[in-house]
Amino acid sequence: MEVLRILSPTAILGYGFPVSSFKAGLDREPHVIAVDAGSTDPGPFYLGSGQSFTQRSAVMRDLEYMVAAVLERNIPLIIGSAGGSGAKPHVDWNVSIVENVLRKLKLTAKIAVIYSDIDQKFLIEQLKLGRVRPLGPVKELAEEEILKSTNLVAQMGQEPIIEALRQGAQIIIAGRAYDPSVFAALPVLKGFDLALSLHLGKILECAAIAADPGSGSDCVFGYLAKDHFVLEALNPERQCTRLSVAAHTLYEKSDPYSLPGPGGSLNLRKTVFQELPGGKVKVSGTAFIPTEKYFVKLEGAALSGYSTICVAGVRDPVMIEQVDSIILEVKKRVADNFKDMADYHLHVRCYGKNGVMGALEPFPNPAHELCLIIDVVASTQDVADTICSFTRSTLLHYGYPNRKSTAGNLAFPYSPSDISVGAVYRFNIYHLLEVDNPTSLFPLYIRRTTL
Amino acid sequence: MRYVKDVALVIRSKNAGPFELTFDLMFPNAEIYEEVKSRITKSKIAKLYKIDESKVLSIVHFAPANAIKITIERPRASGDLGETDVYGAQQHAPLYELTY
Repeated sequence: MEVLRILSPTAILGYGFPVSSFKAGLDREPHVIAVDAGSTDPGPFYLGSGQSFTQRSAVMRDLEYMVAAVLERNIPLIIGSAGGSGAKPHVDWNVSIVENVLRKLKLTAKIAVIYSDIDQKFLIEQLKLGRVRPLGPVKELAEEEILKSTNLVAQMGQEPIIEALRQGAQIIIAGRAYDPSVFAALPVLKGFDLALSLHLGKILECAAIAADPGSGSDCVFGYLAKDHFVLEALNPERQCTRLSVAAHTLYEKSDPYSLPGPGGSLNLRKTVFQELPGGKVKVSGTAFIPTEKYFVKLEGAALSGYSTICVAGVRDPVMIEQVDSIILEVKKRVADNFKDMADYHLHVRCYGKNGVMGALEPFPNPAHELCLIIDVVASTQDVADTICSFTRSTLLHYGYPNRKSTAGNLAFPYSPSDISVGAVYRFNIYHLLEVDNPTSLFPLYIRRTTL
Repeated sequence: MRYVKDVALVIRSKNAGPFELTFDLMFPNAEIYEEVKSRITKSKIAKLYKIDESKVLSIVHFAPANAIKITIERPRASGDLGETDVYGAQQHAPLYELTY
């Protein structure tokens, strides 16, 4: 094979794509369709709770096109970080959607499911063996944090996916996977250069975000050759430019020259980005530097507690002037009233002042109106509801100095004013784990679906 | 004194994983990029964000995109108690005050 062709339909499975772009991609006869479904961006709730940050019907819509296309052409479909976070509940959710799509299309397929969950006891053993280390500005991992995690995954490389391809899977649904791995698996299996395969995957995983104008809901096409790859946007309204592709290399990374992943890092010191006619960009020169030992990234989330919030506006200029001290006084009253309920966290956000940046805000000058959000997290929903309600009523009637508006301090846009949000989570594990074998943590199940 | 905002094409922020916040400054051509790059220092960034210089983890120059990348430690892990910006996409505004 001289050139391997890859269709990346969308940045995240469920974000959608124009059918015309997808068809333009199929016209170019891809050898594989691959899509990344995951991100830690939406925060710890989704990993912690086992829920997806995309909606079932949106994922189903995208998959109907992809599943029909790959089965008709007898090429593989590879989905990475299924369900958004790639833990078992996410993967099973995604598998059930694929099965629904197959039933709807009256088709069967050989599907591979690769899990990425890490057993707590196993990780505690690994921790004791000194095989776990923090990733970036993170504390050393403690055994109790492992036990607190509600979902715990490791990020697979391309190796487990290659194994599924070897075994003839037509649709591969992988748990948490290094974003480029779903794109790199087939090329690496076919003997293409690892560095170029991964670098191409790194760009394709965000689909048309790397084009100009950028979009997370449009298709991009990759052509991988022996010593370079070429990117092409499939929508005539966009093109890949040298700058849009190079700029994308910066996106969500801390160092664009060295992009670490399972088993090593991509090195871009000698990468050349070259613009071709027709809105295409050619990339060459990227290297892969393997690490001495193979590390995978671990991600875990734990329950923070239960949340209740209340949204309220403030327009009174006398109150706005003193808003910080008023909030402080109200917090004191709440604490005094509920001395026995110490296990809550009360935070009043102040939009129009420093709601977006908090302590990082260099200009905390209040606007003429403010939006306050009373935000409580507590060990039970009942405590959170109670503290939020009491804070709201105290703030509503609080008699601050020089107050003229004695009927009430807050403008509530909603009735009910308080919203019980439910369980909220935090990222509590973000570490590297040394492994002996890139596939051993990721069990692979292959089966043929039935009609 | 000149403002970076007057010459930059892109000024943006985003999480680089849940524990880091990364800023990208991109310039229209190599000349402007070369002129600005050495003048953006950790101490300027630390002052702008009122953080300790040690929290400015790196400043990387990326010529292929005429870009300067600055990464700081997140004030808290994404989504932790007190979070204000889960994606980190609106933490760039102080960079409009950055001079060179």
